[in-house]
Amino acid sequence: MDNERRKFLKIAGFSALAGIGAPAIVKLTSTASYASEQAAHGASEGKMAEGGSLQETGEKTKQYGMVIDMRKFMQNPELEDMAIEACINAHNIPQFPPEKKKDEIKWIWKTGFENAFQEHTNYHTSEEVEKSPFLILCNHCEFPPCVRVCPTKATFKMKETGIVTMDFHRCIGCRFCMAACPYGSRSFNWQDPRPYIKHLDPDFPTRMRGVVEKCSFCEERLAKGLEPACVAAVKDSGALIFGDINDEKSEIRQVLQKEFTIQRKPSAGTKPSVFYIV
Amino acid sequence: MFEKSLKGKPAYWIWLAFLGVFIVIGAVCYVRQYLFGLGLTGMSRDVSWGLYISQFTYLVGVAAGGLMLVLPYYIHDYKAFGKITILGEFLAISAVIMCLLFVMVDIGQPLRAMNMILHPTPNSMLFWDMVVLLGYLSLNIICGWVILTAERKQVPPPKWVYIFVYISIPWAVSIHTVTAFLYSGLPGRHFWLSAIIAPRFLASAFAAGPALVVIACLIMKRVAGFDAGKKALDKVATIIMYAALINTFFVLLEFFTAYYSNVPGHIESLRYLFFGITENGHTYNNLVPFMWTGVFLNFLSLGMFAYLKFREGNDWILGGACAAIFIALWIDKGLGFVLGGFVPSMTGHITEYYPTANEIGLTVGIWATGFFVMTVLYKIAIGVEHEIE
Repeated sequence: MDNERRKFLKIAGFSALAGIGAPAIVKLTSTASYASEQAAHGASEGKMAEGGSLQETGEKTKQYGMVIDMRKFMQNPELEDMAIEACINAHNIPQFPPEKKKDEIKWIWKTGFENAFQEHTNYHTSEEVEKSPFLILCNHCEFPPCVRVCPTKATFKMKETGIVTMDFHRCIGCRFCMAACPYGSRSFNWQDPRPYIKHLDPDFPTRMRGVVEKCSFCEERLAKGLEPACVAAVKDSGALIFGDINDEKSEIRQVLQKEFTIQRKPSAGTKPSVFYIV
Repeated sequence: MFEKSLKGKPAYWIWLAFLGVFIVIGAVCYVRQYLFGLGLTGMSRDVSWGLYISQFTYLVGVAAGGLMLVLPYYIHDYKAFGKITILGEFLAISAVIMCLLFVMVDIGQPLRAMNMILHPTPNSMLFWDMVVLLGYLSLNIICGWVILTAERKQVPPPKWVYIFVYISIPWAVSIHTVTAFLYSGLPGRHFWLSAIIAPRFLASAFAAGPALVVIACLIMKRVAGFDAGKKALDKVATIIMYAALINTFFVLLEFFTAYYSNVPGHIESLRYLFFGITENGHTYNNLVPFMWTGVFLNFLSLGMFAYLKFREGNDWILGGACAAIFIALWIDKGLGFVLGGFVPSMTGHITEYYPTANEIGLTVGIWATGFFVMTVLYKIAIGVEHEIE
C-alpha cells in the first residue's frame, strides 16, 4: 500500500514538473525553429547582409528617431512645457503631488544639461546651456538593454518601427528594465495611478499598479498617421523633428546630415535614436 | 521522517513560536502590500530595487555557501564532514526558499509570475536565475532527503543519487554566478559593471553560508546534544577565514580601480556608500554608518579567526567570529551592493532609500520563515542522527 502511494506521488510529482516546464520548452524550441526559418527566408531573397549581423540587417528596417533642437527650446522655454503637457494628456500619465515624488511617472521631462549629458564635460559649460532645462525621454535604442533583460518579453522593440514599447498586460513588474536602462527613462506604477490622472483620455489605456511604463513614441498615433503628441504640440517651432532615421530622404536625416548633434551616453553601446542640437 | 520534527523540548517549540510570530507579522505586511502595491515600500523611481532584492542577492550566496560543506566530503572524501554535509544541503534548501519568497514579494504583479515560464526569454539573466535556483532547490531536496533516508536505514545511499550530488556542486557555483550576472551586465551602472562581481559574490558566499552552519552547530551542541566534531568545525572555520579574506581582497580591488583611475562613474557609488555625497548643500550618507560597521566587523572576525589558528579558542570566540562575518557580509552584499548601485541615478540625481516599517516587517517575516524551515529540517537531521546512535 505504502509502495503504491510512493509510486503515485512520484508520478504526480514528475507530471507536475513536466506540466510546469513543458510550455517553456515548447516555446523555446518553437521560437528557435521560427528564427531559423526567418533566416532561411531572408537568405533566399538575398536580404541578409553579409555576415548577417543584427547591425547590418537593422539598416534595412525603419527606425524612428527624434532630433531635439535645443537652440529653439532655449529661445522659447515654454515650448518644453507644451510638449510635456501634450504627452501627459495623450497617455493618461498620473501627476503625483511633490510629497509623493518617489512614485512619479515620467515619459518626457526636463532636466539639467549635466544630468542629461553626464559624459560631456560640465566644466566651464556656457551659461546659457547650464541654465537651460533639457528635454529627455526614452532613446528607443537600436540595442536596448531593457529589452535584453526583460524576462517575459513584456518590453520589446517593434520590428516595423524600431520603437521600444511595452505590453502592460504581460509585465510582471520585476523592474529589471529600470535597473538596466542607462537613461532612467522608465517608471514603475508603485500604486494605482488612476486617482492621479488629471484629464482622462478614454482613447488611451490607463495602467494598473505593478507594471512599468515608458515613452512609446506615440505608436498609437503613428498607426493613425499622426505625429507623436510632443512633436505635434511644438509643430510650428520645428524644435522637435521626428522621422525614420534609416530613410535617407526623410526630413530628420537631412537635419542630421546638416547639423552637428550629440546623443546621451553613446559609450553605453545602445545606439540611441534621439539626437540633440545644442 | 517529518515526524522527527514533531517531538521536541519546550525550547524548540518556544523558538518555533517566536519565529511564528514574525511570520504572521510578515504575512500581514504582505497582505497590506498586496492590496496597495509596492508603493508601500521605500523604493522609488530612482532606487527601484530595495531590501527585498538585496536580501535575495545575499541569500543566494548563503545557499551557494552550502557547497563548502558538501564538496570536501564528496570530492575529497574528507570524512570529518560526514555529519555536517546534510546541514549544508538543508541550509541551501531554506536559503533558496527565502530567495524565492523575496523575489515573489518584490514583483509588482505576482499573479503573472508564470509569464516567466509561459514566455521564456533566454537573453534575460532573470530567466536563467529562475532556472538555476529552482534546479538547485530540487537537487538539494533530492540529495538531502535520499541520503538522510539511507542513513536512517543504515544502508549506503543508492548509487544514482551521487549523480545529483556531483551535479549540485558546479550548480551551486552557477546560482551565484548567474545572480552576479543580473548586475554585472548592465551598461551605465558602473558600480555593478565589473567582471569581479561573480568571483566576489562567490567568495563572500563561501564565508556567509558556512558561518551560519557553524553558529547553528554551536547552538545545537548546547540545546540538542548534537556534536559536529571539533575537527569539522575547525576546518569550516579555516574555509570561512580564507573565503572572507579573498572577499576583502576583491572589495579592495574595486577601491583601487575606482580611485586610482579617478573615473567618476566608478567612484561615485563607493563614495556614497563609505563617505556620503554632498549635493546642493545636502549630505546624503544614510548608509555610511552601516558600511563602516561592516568594515569593522569584517576585520574583527578575520582577527578572531586568526586568533583561533594560533591559540586554543572556545566556542564563544568561534561563534562570535562567525556572527561577525555573517553580519559584515550581509551589510556588504545584502545592503550596500544593491542599494549603492542605484546612487547616483542614471540622470545623476541622488535619491536616498529608506525602507518603510511595512517593508521591514515583511523582510523580517521572510527571514523568520527561512529560519523556521531551517530549524525544522535540522531537527529532522539531528533526530535521525540520534536514532542511529
